[in-house]
Amino acid sequence: MAVVFEKPKSMADVTLHYCPGCTHGIIHRLVCEVIDEMGIEGDTIGVCPVGCSVMAYDYFNCDMIEAAHGRAPAVATGVKRTNPDKYVFTYQGDGDLAAIGTAETVHAATRGENIVVIFVNNTTYGMTGGQMAPTTLPGQVTQTTPYGRDPKLMGYPVRVCEMLATLTGTALAQRVAVNSVPHIREAKKAIRKAFENQRDKKGFSIVEVLSTCPTNWGLSPVDALKRLEDEMIPYYPLGVFKDENAFPEKEGE
Amino acid sequence: MERNLMKGNEALAEAAIRAGCKCFFGYPITPQTEISAYLAKRFKAAGGVFLQAESEIAAINMVLGAASTGVRAMTSSSSPGISLKSEGISYIAGSDLPCVIINVQRGGPGLGGIQPSQADYWQATKALGHGDFQLLVFAPNSVQEMVDAVIKAFDLADEYRMPAMILADGLLGQMMEPVTFPEITSKPVEKPWATNGHGNKREHNIINSLYLQPDVLEKSVTDRFKRYDEIKEKHAEAELYKTEDAEIVVTAYGATSRVAKSAVNMAREQGIKAGLIRPVTLWPFPVKQYQKIAETAERFLCVEMSMGQMIDDVKLAINCSKPVEFYGRTGGVIPKPSEILDEIKKYAKCAGGVK
Amino acid sequence: MAKITVNFEKCKGCGLCTTACPKKIVEIQKEKRNRKGYFTSICIDDSKCIGCAMCATMCPDCAITVEK
Repeated sequence: MAVVFEKPKSMADVTLHYCPGCTHGIIHRLVCEVIDEMGIEGDTIGVCPVGCSVMAYDYFNCDMIEAAHGRAPAVATGVKRTNPDKYVFTYQGDGDLAAIGTAETVHAATRGENIVVIFVNNTTYGMTGGQMAPTTLPGQVTQTTPYGRDPKLMGYPVRVCEMLATLTGTALAQRVAVNSVPHIREAKKAIRKAFENQRDKKGFSIVEVLSTCPTNWGLSPVDALKRLEDEMIPYYPLGVFKDENAFPEKEGE
Repeated sequence: MERNLMKGNEALAEAAIRAGCKCFFGYPITPQTEISAYLAKRFKAAGGVFLQAESEIAAINMVLGAASTGVRAMTSSSSPGISLKSEGISYIAGSDLPCVIINVQRGGPGLGGIQPSQADYWQATKALGHGDFQLLVFAPNSVQEMVDAVIKAFDLADEYRMPAMILADGLLGQMMEPVTFPEITSKPVEKPWATNGHGNKREHNIINSLYLQPDVLEKSVTDRFKRYDEIKEKHAEAELYKTEDAEIVVTAYGATSRVAKSAVNMAREQGIKAGLIRPVTLWPFPVKQYQKIAETAERFLCVEMSMGQMIDDVKLAINCSKPVEFYGRTGGVIPKPSEILDEIKKYAKCAGGVK
Repeated sequence: MAKITVNFEKCKGCGLCTTACPKKIVEIQKEKRNRKGYFTSICIDDSKCIGCAMCATMCPDCAITVEK
């Protein structure tokens, strides 16, 4: 018998610190599988956020940088601009990317910064214990929305891919999910495309991954998958919101 | 060597290129904008990266990213912008990354004004962000010294893996003086810690400032402070002027020290035994040089373009063994030599001052 | 002929793999806890495993290796 499935080489052989059933681990693995398949571990630099995945630098075997909260796209810009031939990706949660780091995200996108952004949306601040995130759904109960998120008071959730798809510098804006095997396979294809875009210098690529937080949602891991399907996907539809070369004049140079 | 007449801000920028700076990330703010404009123009030919960031916060984090990969990186700003950068500076210090930050100070607090000031002394030397850390802080007082300081700042930042600041002010940044760009003699420092892609030739590197175990974090901080001790020993600099027989010693840094020197000369012409000590590095503070002078001087007069910030360090340096008086102007007002002379007379015994 | 191997110490017993198995042969055992205190997943009938790797695809902890 031959091994047909195992931990990717670029993923560290350690026990992840995430809660049981947290889908961060699936998303880490997909990124590593793409890095392995493209053979780019030695040429890749990852940038971690602040949030539950703050210690992701211990899980990826490529060079890693830990950024301040929300600043990963700026850090990645500094890396990429001075090392244009390397692959640079950020791995960020919803609070990091869509609240405190909104400016860095939007401007990296509009500059067409040639990086990959893996955006993990689980509608909550997990690390700090489940407060309202910019992506928390209307009516969702969190520590800081104990009566449910009331858009009249707390505003509406941000649909990041739809927003970034309006920017010329964005090459890829795609939303995927990791709550089922077919969705996971689709998610991997999107991540692969994002890295290929970077190789082909097409501009800013973001893959938004709908993810679960069983602990702070107060659900079992299996029920959390169901909530993702039944509540998140209707609000955050899966799909490709933009897919084009942000710098077409560069083709054939 | 060729001498050029250059504006302070442009000389800072040119010096950075000569020092091997490969990238600049900044945001426009008066009175330092010429640095950005100069580098935007020059980096294309010089082979560097210029990028105007969306904010001061983004700019300093771009510096963090670039510095992480081992290249020499710089940003510049002016007082309110430096406040915004303080988060990133703390992370840079906590991640043991070298870089150079220029602060062309203007009046504060808040939006303040756009005229020269020295009111960011405390910020630069004591509180540029959260946590236990220091920056190397250079306080040049001429366009030539700004050039020299930039080159030295890059070298020491690399050697000690820490951020360095040039604490200039609007006067130095905007004035024109002749400068010579020295030959660069220092060799590039090896950076085996850089996160520039391991190329499958080494273990992966991590640039990080997070340590969840208190004892591990404590050790990372105390190790850093051991480096600080070495820097204090080796790199504290001051200029002494007519201090050997001085009864009253004026102390000032940066642009103010030039005015103070004129006042000392005027006092000497009137037979008053005045001298000047000018810290060239604000951190490390030249404690020993002050202590030596305190053995002979009777009194110090600290002059600043602020309400009195460096004066604390002067008193600490001499352990309050001699009185330290203060004269300051703030809000963008530059003290005149005659004002300082009046203060000297007020405190010099030989001029009939305090008994 | 196929089989899965669950890394006993890495598994957190979240059960996501159990939802993915088309043959319904992956379950959480209730006999032995690992060092972190979790009951882990096991294949209850190796003979039925087709090596599709859907359990491993769903595993958030890279705890499952699949051979075929």
